[in-house]
Amino acid sequence: MAEEVKLLKTWSSPFGLRAFWILKLKGVQFDFIDEDLSNKSPLLLQSNPVYKKVPVLIHNGKPISESLVILEYVDETWKQNPLLPEDPYERARARFWAKFGDDKVLASIWNAFIKQGKEQEEAIGLAIETLKFLEEELKGKRFFGGEKIGLPDLALGWLANLIGVFEEVIGVKLIEKERFPLLSAWMQEFAEAPVIKESWPPHEKLVTKFRAMREPYVAAAAQPK
Amino acid sequence: MADEVILLDFWASMFGIRVRIALAEKGIKYEYKEQDLFNKSPLLLQMNPVHKKIPVLIHNGKSVCESSIIVQYIDEVWKDKAPLLPYDPYQRAQARFWADFIDKKMYDTSRKTWATKGEEQEAAKKEFIEVLKTLGGELGDKPFFGGDNFGYVDLCLIPYYCWFYSYETFGKFSVEAECPKFIAWVTRCLQRETVAKALPDEKKVFEFVSVLREKIRVE
Repeated sequence: MAEEVKLLKTWSSPFGLRAFWILKLKGVQFDFIDEDLSNKSPLLLQSNPVYKKVPVLIHNGKPISESLVILEYVDETWKQNPLLPEDPYERARARFWAKFGDDKVLASIWNAFIKQGKEQEEAIGLAIETLKFLEEELKGKRFFGGEKIGLPDLALGWLANLIGVFEEVIGVKLIEKERFPLLSAWMQEFAEAPVIKESWPPHEKLVTKFRAMREPYVAAAAQPK
Repeated sequence: MADEVILLDFWASMFGIRVRIALAEKGIKYEYKEQDLFNKSPLLLQMNPVHKKIPVLIHNGKSVCESSIIVQYIDEVWKDKAPLLPYDPYQRAQARFWADFIDKKMYDTSRKTWATKGEEQEAAKKEFIEVLKTLGGELGDKPFFGGDNFGYVDLCLIPYYCWFYSYETFGKFSVEAECPKFIAWVTRCLQRETVAKALPDEKKVFEFVSVLREKIRVE
C-alpha cells in the first residue's frame, strides 16, 4: 500500500513549520494543507478533537497531534537522517532543551513582545536570562544537536526567523550579537541550512500579522486606568 | 561497574512519584534523597541549574531532569524489563500525546481547586472535572490507558490521586460522583504493589496542602 502522509498546518505557525522541516529533512513524500484557523476544516476538527489545533500529521489515515510528539513519531517511523541520538542520556538532553524552548523561551519572548512600558522592561530582562541558558548550551557546538541539526534545533528553530520579526515590530533588539555570539551564529547557520532556508514564510507578511496581533495589547495598555 | 542511581525528590510531588513508580517497575535499586524545597540544597542547584526543581535522577553522576523525560530515559536504559512505553511508534505517539495533555491540563487546574476561592475556584472545579472526563473518554473500556497493561500514561496520571482528597475537601466536590469510571481505573492501578507503595498517604498530603494554603493566604 502506498504511504499517505498529510500535514495540516498554517502558513505562519512555527509549530507547523517544525513538522514541515522534519518531513523535508527525511525526504518523506507528503501533502500539506494550510488551514484558515478562523474557519477550521472538518478534517482538522476530526483529527485533533482535543485541541482543534495545528499541526496535525495524518499518516495513512491516523492522526498525530502536538508538534514535539509529531517530531518524535516521524523520527521513529522514517529512520534515515535521525534527529535524535542513539544514546539515552543524549536523547534525554535533546528532549530537555526542546521542552525548555517551548516551556520557557517561547513564553518569555512572547511576554517581551506583548507587554508595554515597565512590564515590557521586566519581561525583556526575563527573556534575556532565559536565553543565556541557550547561549551556555551552545558552547563547543555548532547546533544544539551537535555537528548536525537535531530535535532541539527544530524545536528552537522559530527563533532564527521570528526574533527578527518581533524585534522589528517592537523596535527593541532581543538577541544582540555581543551578548549572544553563539546564539546569533546558530540562528544564522540554522536559517541558511538546506531545506530550512527555502521554508521561511514571507518576512513582510509575518511583520504585518504580528503587528496586528500586538495591537490589542497596545490598546489595552493605553487605556486610562 | 555497578550503576549508581540517586533520586532527588520531594515526598508529596506527583512528578517525583512518577519516577519512583518507574524505578520500582524496573526493579532498580536507588538512593532516595528528600529535598527541602524551601531551602534548596547545593546538590539540587548543581544538578538542575536551569529549573532548580525536583525530580532529578542522577545516574552515574549525570543528571536527568523533567519527570516525563526521566521516565522515558529509565524506559530506554533499562529496556529489558517491564516496558513502560508501547513498542509501536503510533501507539508511542498517542502515549506521549496523553502524557503531554496531563502535563498541560492537570497541574494548574488541580492547584486552583485548593489555592483559590469564590468564582475562580468554581471555574477551576468545572475545568478539572472536564479534564478527568476527557481522560475518561480516552480510557474508554480499557483496563488501563496502556491497554491491557499498566503503562506510561497510567504512570503519569496516577500520582495525582493522593492529592484528590485535598482537591475534594477544599473544593467541596467528589470525583467518584462525577467520574466513577475514573475511580475504577484508580482502584486497578492501586492493586499494583509498585503504585500502592509509591503513593503517600492522602491525609498526610492534606496536612501539607493545609500548610501551603496558610502560606499563600487563601482564606
